[in-house]
Amino acid sequence: MNLLDYFRKSRHSSASIAKERLQILVAHERAARNKPDYLPKLQKELLEVIRKYVQVDLDAISVTMEQDDKREVLELNIVLPDDRERKPVQQF
Amino acid sequence: MARIIVVTSGKGGVGKTTTSAAIAMGLAKKGHRTAVIDFDVGLRNLDLIMGCERRVVYDFVNVINEEASINQALIRDKRSENLFILPASQTRDKDSLTKEGVGRVLGALSETFDYVVCDSPAGIEKGATLAMYYADDAIIVTNPEVSSVRDSDRMLGILASKSRRAETAAEPIKEYLLLTRYSPERVRLGEMLSVNDVQEILSLHLLGVIPDSKAVLNASNAGTPVILDDKSDAGQAYADVVARYLGEEVPHRFIEFQKRTLFGRLFGG
Repeated sequence: MNLLDYFRKSRHSSASIAKERLQILVAHERAARNKPDYLPKLQKELLEVIRKYVQVDLDAISVTMEQDDKREVLELNIVLPDDRERKPVQQF
Repeated sequence: MARIIVVTSGKGGVGKTTTSAAIAMGLAKKGHRTAVIDFDVGLRNLDLIMGCERRVVYDFVNVINEEASINQALIRDKRSENLFILPASQTRDKDSLTKEGVGRVLGALSETFDYVVCDSPAGIEKGATLAMYYADDAIIVTNPEVSSVRDSDRMLGILASKSRRAETAAEPIKEYLLLTRYSPERVRLGEMLSVNDVQEILSLHLLGVIPDSKAVLNASNAGTPVILDDKSDAGQAYADVVARYLGEEVPHRFIEFQKRTLFGRLFGG
């Protein structure tokens, strides 16, 4: 490759734009493909249980599924409100 | 026991039928008994690419419906005694292919052939999913272009979840990337995704690169699989692909841009 080619094949070449767009899209679509269908329902039901005890926001919970060769990891992430903001749900 | 190969892509017009015809002919020329089946029910075209369109009497659907025997429907190629073509039906009934029927035909072919090449239709409907269902190997035909690469990735997802091998938790289908309509010159100019770009995105084993070539249209005009045009770049590239598929170590060609010499430009060499 000569010097002229280097400038031609700049970061803004249409091929590099295509590659970048595809990498993002394919990663996104693969992640969606590997998710089990029950995740949204699981997330909703977990939230209902947690809200019986702590008042958390609807978007304060995230459920993700990660897979590698050996295992699957179901990760549950709940952001609890600050102490000051925390209003315990009344228990009977 | 035959090895069942599906040639698939998701997107249409990327070169599935050209590839099926070339690879089937290449395998047959190497001495393997090979059958090639057109799964594009309603839009058959493999017969035309293979040059046997006037010899079609019975088709794939006739065999599935037991209106003809498999031997009545198979068309023997005139150029290679090892090659047989099973044409698609021109019926408009989409449900004429069934999982059981296709399984029965492939099972019968497996007894007498070494390789069965399944030419998949475009899309992800029944014909395409049945073409890949029984496969042992999949050749994913991809053009260096965004929509084709995305569709290929989608097909990989379907291969991994909806094939017989996936359903029975057998060894997964072997997947190979075949990049077609490749223009080294446009890649050099930054106008086209390179082999490495596509491989990086799809992370697939590269079976070969077929250059964008005038020989492909010339071959389909004549009804001759392009692999028989052994003077052409595309014909040689397909011959390399077949050799590589059979386990030979063949270096990749037609990936780098070859500047034409003055002599070449003057005399079209």
